[in-house]
Amino acid sequence: MMRFILPFIVFVALSGFLYVGLHLDPHEVPSPLIGKAAPPFNLPQLHDPAKNFSPEQMKGKVWLLNVWASWCVSCKEEHPILVQLAGKHIVPIYGLDYKDKSADAQATLNGGGDPYTLTVSDADGRIGIDYGVYGVPETYVIDKQGIIQYKQIGPITHQNLSEKILPLVAELEKRS
Amino acid sequence: MKQTATLSADLRSFISGFLILRNLCNLRTKVFASLSISLLCLIPLFAHAGEAKDLAADPVLEKRMIALAENLRCLVCQNESLASSHAELAEDLRREVREQLSKGKSDKEIIEYLVARYGDFVLYNPPMKSYTILLWFGPFALLLAAAGLLLFQLRKRRQSIPEVALSAEAQERATLLLNNDKENLA
Repeated sequence: MMRFILPFIVFVALSGFLYVGLHLDPHEVPSPLIGKAAPPFNLPQLHDPAKNFSPEQMKGKVWLLNVWASWCVSCKEEHPILVQLAGKHIVPIYGLDYKDKSADAQATLNGGGDPYTLTVSDADGRIGIDYGVYGVPETYVIDKQGIIQYKQIGPITHQNLSEKILPLVAELEKRS
Repeated sequence: MKQTATLSADLRSFISGFLILRNLCNLRTKVFASLSISLLCLIPLFAHAGEAKDLAADPVLEKRMIALAENLRCLVCQNESLASSHAELAEDLRREVREQLSKGKSDKEIIEYLVARYGDFVLYNPPMKSYTILLWFGPFALLLAAAGLLLFQLRKRRQSIPEVALSAEAQERATLLLNNDKENLA
């Protein structure tokens, strides 16, 4: 009897591993920045390069930092969702325009609506490296103390917004 | 009748000669065309060489950068090293490594810099940590388990085969055969 049961158990275990493996995305690399302070920067604003923006200014607020670019295809996918979210005034969204031309970025925002409270330009991608960006779009949820609490790799969808991001934002809002 | 036959044979050899000559000419044009195409293909190579020279302003530094980047993983095309990847992020990270090297940072400091941003995933050589124990020792554990299982099975098999006691008759036959063999050999 053991002769049949043992291989069967091994087979079931292996199938289980393979099944779980099917749903894992090897492109999602867990960020070591979660639970750490958002790296500081001081970058010119897209619409007004004379003015700068720094995450320091967001102390005491829960906010989203969305890394995007006009050349990025999946950013176009999430753009209407961001515009919708911005309309609800639940959480301010700040844009980090990653390795982009200012004119192209402005044209994108003029065409599809601007969900961002403001956007900063990271033209050479150095701040992107500090944030561990390896593929746009990426979105960081940053709490009142300036700690990164969550990183969404890939576009924001209705699903991950309602299941992960918004509940987390609500919880972080409650904390002092 | 005979004359016409030789005539047609002559005609045939003439035609075949013509065909060979034409093929030769064709071959020549082909060779010429392929030569010129390959020469054309070389042009961008030279153009590129000019660019690369600019990047490798300091060959010693460049060598160190490549040696370091070969052991780091590109995050965009995950099975390529940072040294060989053509992804834009890899180019930026190589630039970063180059700059930090020229500032006099050690290899260890640069690796720490990258790990702080991208995690252990950038390392092709995973560090020994509580959650990598299975990765480091799993294969040896499997080997040990397999060896144990094999030993256990072998022992069980030895026990399950009963030793057959020979009858007196069979014993006698066996000695006779063995002795015969010895004599034959002698």
